[in-house]
Amino acid sequence: MTVSFLILAILTLAGGIAAMTLRRLVHCALALAVSFAGLAALYLNLGADFAGLAQLLVYVGAIAILIVFAILLTRSGETELDKVFSPKGFIGALLALAVFAVLAWAVASSSATRLTAAGSGPAPSSPIRDIGFSLMQRYVLPLEVIALMLTAAMIGAVILAVRPTRAGDQPETPRNPELQP
Amino acid sequence: MMPSVSPVWIVQNLWLIPALPMVAAGLCALLKRKERGLSAGLAIGSMAISLLLSLKAFAEALAHPAIQVKIVDWMQFGDQWIQLGWLLDPLAAVMLVMVTFVGLLIFIYSLGYMAHDDNFGRFFCFLSLFAGAMLGVVIANSLLLLFMCWEVVGLTSYLLIGFWFQRPAAAAAAKKAFITTRIGDLGLLIGMLWLYSQSGTLVFYNKGFGCLEQGALTAMATHATVAGMAVSTAIGLLIFCGAVGKSGQVPLHVWLPDAMEGPTPVSALIHAATMVAAGVYLIARVYPLMSGAALEVVAWVGAITALFAACIAVAQNDIKRILAYSTVSQLGYMMLGLGVGGVAVGMFHLITHAFFKALLFLGAGSVIHGCTEEQDIRNMGGLRKFLPVTFATYSAGMLALCGFPLFAGFWSKDAILHSARDWDLSRGPFYLGAIGALLTAFYMTRQMYYVFFGPQRLTEATITPRAVAKHVPHGNAVEPVVSPRPGEVCAIEDPHESPAVMTAPLAILAFFAIFLGFVGTPAWPWFQNFINGIGVAFAWSGFSEPGLLSTMLISTLIVFAGLLLGWWFYGRKPIVRVTDPDALETLAPPLFRALGNRLYVDEIYSVTVIALSRFLAVFASWLDRFVFGGLVRLVSWTVTGVSWLDAGVDRFVVNGGFDEGCREVSRGGRLLSRLQNGRVQTYLSVIAAALVVLALWLLWGHRG
Amino acid sequence: MTPLAGCLLVSSLLFAIGLAGALTRRNAILVLAGIELMLNAANLNFIAFWRFGPHPEFLTGLMFVIFSIAVAAAEAAVGLALILAIYRHARTSDVSEITEMKG
Repeated sequence: MTVSFLILAILTLAGGIAAMTLRRLVHCALALAVSFAGLAALYLNLGADFAGLAQLLVYVGAIAILIVFAILLTRSGETELDKVFSPKGFIGALLALAVFAVLAWAVASSSATRLTAAGSGPAPSSPIRDIGFSLMQRYVLPLEVIALMLTAAMIGAVILAVRPTRAGDQPETPRNPELQP
Repeated sequence: MMPSVSPVWIVQNLWLIPALPMVAAGLCALLKRKERGLSAGLAIGSMAISLLLSLKAFAEALAHPAIQVKIVDWMQFGDQWIQLGWLLDPLAAVMLVMVTFVGLLIFIYSLGYMAHDDNFGRFFCFLSLFAGAMLGVVIANSLLLLFMCWEVVGLTSYLLIGFWFQRPAAAAAAKKAFITTRIGDLGLLIGMLWLYSQSGTLVFYNKGFGCLEQGALTAMATHATVAGMAVSTAIGLLIFCGAVGKSGQVPLHVWLPDAMEGPTPVSALIHAATMVAAGVYLIARVYPLMSGAALEVVAWVGAITALFAACIAVAQNDIKRILAYSTVSQLGYMMLGLGVGGVAVGMFHLITHAFFKALLFLGAGSVIHGCTEEQDIRNMGGLRKFLPVTFATYSAGMLALCGFPLFAGFWSKDAILHSARDWDLSRGPFYLGAIGALLTAFYMTRQMYYVFFGPQRLTEATITPRAVAKHVPHGNAVEPVVSPRPGEVCAIEDPHESPAVMTAPLAILAFFAIFLGFVGTPAWPWFQNFINGIGVAFAWSGFSEPGLLSTMLISTLIVFAGLLLGWWFYGRKPIVRVTDPDALETLAPPLFRALGNRLYVDEIYSVTVIALSRFLAVFASWLDRFVFGGLVRLVSWTVTGVSWLDAGVDRFVVNGGFDEGCREVSRGGRLLSRLQNGRVQTYLSVIAAALVVLALWLLWGHRG
Repeated sequence: MTPLAGCLLVSSLLFAIGLAGALTRRNAILVLAGIELMLNAANLNFIAFWRFGPHPEFLTGLMFVIFSIAVAAAEAAVGLALILAIYRHARTSDVSEITEMKG
């Protein structure tokens, strides 16, 4: 348990807590990005270079931005205080706590995590070349399926998000009159 | 002679003789009421053809006197066949010729008699049906076929007696005839069944297996039954019961006089010549079955009937009633002849009686027609002048009936009396028959004097209500045009002779009434021997049979005595007024009144048999209404109660329970649906909770 | 406390935080964000086991994470498109107000 690991962990967790509790959505989105970045750093710390950088690229660079766009498009910028948490939300919080308790207990009571072999040893090398070989040999099918899935997701997202242009539909009434085209 | 199955054409097709009139009857039934000529033509035509065929059959029987049969398989059950068939022997042949000939003459007579009746077609239909059935009885080789045709004969008798069914008296008479003969037929049926069970067949002659052939007869004669009688005797007596009903012998004679309600041709054909003779024919047919004991009963019943009916006839005032009782009496003679003398003796009298009795009835019909439907002899008189042909022929018939020497009746009645006198069991029947012959001459003379001699008493004032009610005016009105009260003026004509279509048959029958007897004289007993199947030559020596000449003398004396008595009482002083008392009445009023009331036989029956049957009917009705009806009502009440209960259960328990169940399910569903609040986070919470539980469970399991 | 256990604890905590957010927040986008956090926690788990588990040379954990990231990206895209569509239909992105599937 090195110090760097600890700091990065704390950063990630703080970002996560912030993302889930802040009132204003944009703040949440930014905290979320911080959390993602922290995770990327953690991956790098643990020696998963490619995964860390992919995390940065995809999560921070795409998903976080996507969330910001969504916040923009759904006019969720301002929210009143009493409308932050859903009714009876504390049940959810309690449940999350219960889940953490169970998982922590599993971790604590597991023998696998106590092995001294775990933790010793140098960080494994993961050259890109090996990753490339793996993708093209062992994991070629998942690769192709992922490609297909990404295509389908893209098409699906476009279809879902396209504004209907049929004559009978009423145009969307904008909440914010300043944003009228 | 062994009865043989014959391939001769007429024997093979003997069935045509009854079938043709039946087919004519069927066709007549389909014709419309106004097609009178066609229906009469069909009936008379079919009867004429049957006559020709009967003559051919007669010629065949003359050539080959042995019995010839033809058997036809009818129904099968199991491996047994019910067989019918017909036979031709001299007995059947003479009956065929007689029935068709007399029937044809009466059909022709009816053309004139029923000319004014609306139901002309129906009349000929029934007459044809009767003729067909009667001929069927004659040729039947099976007791079953005979019985079937016997029943049809009874049916047509009912239909014809009740021909004018709108008259209540006619309808009642028809019912009485049918029911009374039915009582006799019950005996016949039981006898028939017993015969079948004893001999296994009802066919008379069937190549040795028939029930009248030697094998069956000896078996039945030796087998003894109740009261020590042989089975054949018992069966013979039971069959005789049928003959008693149909031929009007004493206990069951009550229907015959009432049957005079029918039209006169009907009375002539059915109740004089043919149907009533069917009983005599039946006994003649099953003669091999009748043992001495049975024949003794037959003879006594016949003799008693002969005397009984003759007594009653003396005091009757309706012209047809006198002839009806005379018929009953003569049928008694026929039975007596069968019993004491054998088939030939009885049948000879049957044949001659058919002719002269039909003649008498037709003559009476002519008289009635001429007197505007008047039937009471007290209201007639002096008709000799107005109806000469009728008078001549009627006289011939009357003399034949009385047994006047050399007329037909003389020879036949004499044969009976001769056989009765020589009967070794008793002389009783002879004496009864002799007294009956005396009375016969007496009442016939009385009738002649009342109707044909003396002054004419038929005037407007004397017409009876019954005559007026029955009179069909020349036209098409059904109701009489005058009031039925006596003494009222009505439109009657003077007594007039009947048209030629009615008098021609009278003349023909008169010829036979006079000359037919000559085929059976003792000098040339052709008839008797023909019946018995042997040829014979003319020989005066026949007269020298012991006792014969004395019997002939006695019967001649009896006839003359009767005629003399009749003249004494009724001929010396003319009967001037309608209301003059009868000569006998002044002599012995209570006796005359009793005889006039038919010796109260009907009244006795009414009090005993009919009262009993009425009581049984009432009892049965009570039984049906209260006991069986009560049971039925109980059952239906139970079923109704059960179904009411069931409905209740269904409505409250099943439906209610079911409905409640459904409602509870609905409520449960509604309750459960509240879990689905549509919020995603709720669902996710539930999943998380499930995850926690599952993880705990797994970990707990692994920990241990 | 081995490094593996530490990593696992961190990932469990992150998971719980993500779950709490997904169950608690009203806005649909934040629910999705919570789900993304949960996915990331799982990714961390995989990396940890790859690093500290047997046979790291097989790159199993790493490959899994790569694919997981790709899937998460796709899922985020579709999910946000869905949120947009719902927003257009229901005029709100408040999860607790969208109860059309109620009952």
